[in-house]
Amino acid sequence: MTGLTFRKKAEPEERLDLSPLVPAQLAGLSAADIAGLKVGTSRLGVTVGDIFEVSGDDPATIRFEGGSPRFDRIGEAMEAGEIFVQGDAGMRLGRMLKGGRIVVSGSAGDHAGSAMEGGVVRIAGNAGDRLGGPLAGEMMGQKGGTLIVGGNAGARAGDRMRRGVISIAGDAGPDAGSRMIAGTLIIQGRAAGTPGRLMKRGTLFLCGGVEHLAPTFLDNGPADILILSVMSRTFAAGEVGSVPFGRQPMRRYGGDTAVLGLGEIFLPL
Amino acid sequence: MPGVNDTMVVNGVSIDDSFAEAFPMAGTAIQITAINEKWALEAARSMTGFATSVIACGCEGGVDRLLAPDETRDGRPGVRVLFFSFDAGGLEKQVTTRLGQCILTSPTSACYADLDAEATIDLGSAIRYFADGWQISKKFEDKHFWRMPVMEGEFLCEAKTGVTTDGVGGGNLLLMAGTTAQALAASEAAIEAMRRVPDVIMPFPGGIVRSGSKVGGKYKGMMASTNDAYCPTLKGVTKSELGPEIGSVLEIVIDGLSSAAVADAMRVGIKAVTDLGPQEGALRIGAGNYGGNLGPHHFHLKDLLP
Repeated sequence: MTGLTFRKKAEPEERLDLSPLVPAQLAGLSAADIAGLKVGTSRLGVTVGDIFEVSGDDPATIRFEGGSPRFDRIGEAMEAGEIFVQGDAGMRLGRMLKGGRIVVSGSAGDHAGSAMEGGVVRIAGNAGDRLGGPLAGEMMGQKGGTLIVGGNAGARAGDRMRRGVISIAGDAGPDAGSRMIAGTLIIQGRAAGTPGRLMKRGTLFLCGGVEHLAPTFLDNGPADILILSVMSRTFAAGEVGSVPFGRQPMRRYGGDTAVLGLGEIFLPL
Repeated sequence: MPGVNDTMVVNGVSIDDSFAEAFPMAGTAIQITAINEKWALEAARSMTGFATSVIACGCEGGVDRLLAPDETRDGRPGVRVLFFSFDAGGLEKQVTTRLGQCILTSPTSACYADLDAEATIDLGSAIRYFADGWQISKKFEDKHFWRMPVMEGEFLCEAKTGVTTDGVGGGNLLLMAGTTAQALAASEAAIEAMRRVPDVIMPFPGGIVRSGSKVGGKYKGMMASTNDAYCPTLKGVTKSELGPEIGSVLEIVIDGLSSAAVADAMRVGIKAVTDLGPQEGALRIGAGNYGGNLGPHHFHLKDLLP
């Protein structure tokens, strides 16, 4: 058996909802069944067969050859399996992911990893706004799993994050870690805006500095604590990979005291 | 010698046709690290103090081995410590009490799980309230840690560790010699070799027991009393297991995370004693049992010969 491959025929003329193309929903379907699945978001009734050439027969591994910023909701609520996207992904990549692995070689749109509960989302390029964050009206963002961005992230990455790890290799847009409930958010580049605003608990690493630190975060002084080296060693051996804070001294700020105040921001000394 | 059939002789050391009778126990392993080996050992010794016999101490514990920095979770020197008790509940109570009093309190220490198993007992999850609301839970890469602010800085402790019910307690060797010095020399040689076997501890002082016991006694309420059959000063006045050439007996008790580990430790212990020979060490090796009806694990000496 070979993995299912969706080869893009041409750039779609509308945004697509690719949430049906996950292993659990494709299991047992014939090639014709898959080609007939509706993925359009307009009255045109666009199907998989209109957009992709489909080959392979193992839905546990899904490959999109040729991505698009209009490919929305890839891997939504996936419980197990692997999805590879050669190119860009649209909005809500890996939203509510429960397990398995999604790898994107390009960039992803807004709400990537939104409210994910487990598994791994790896984006080689940039991510849009509200990485891991909740949709409007939802109480929690990311609840578990690991979300890795090789480039930059947009505004409010990790909004209302509850658990899990987000790692951003580049810079973060305004107000990363806003309203964090818990979890770990690592920004290796520079953080714009006022990160950590209204965070209750959780850990925010701002390895490349910060544009503005809210006055409701209180300086706890240099932090020579073991958890930094344990995290660094564990991440280096796992999905996240090398992080800078195991090697450089950090200063800890406790906050946001405008709310519960049990969160922490680490900045280089 | 009454009751003894010493048909085997290795390098001049007689080995009884007998067996050690051992019992199932719940066992666990943890990793203690510190800024250097000295402080890792201080913490480990403190935690495993008064943990020689489950009957009176609530658990049996000891150092399995030293850990190099590249073997520990945080890259510092460490010690692997094992604990055993009758059941997982009793084990958890002992381990968490000792964790709170001996590891949390020890300068620069940290504590991590060192046994993968489906069943777990609490470590940091049990003592986190010491931090009085300032404790921090961190979960990443399928690991869960508790961070507790303390006067020295921050105490880091993994939330839980694995527990196995395949543990074995009560493997043993009886080393019988002409003098106490010879019995001690044989015992020390055995312990030095047995400490290189993974997943076992010898929980008594220096790994050696000078006061082996039998079940019960003449006085009401005594769960154990001196093993008079192996007391050299009682030869002739009790039903002794000792011949006239034996002047001193020492025992080594072994607990392990598996039956195979206990057997391995006994095997290398017997080899070390027979290699030392009867001139400097023991004349005879035996093992303690209760007739075979109490414990399901029987370690026959004849199966463990070098």
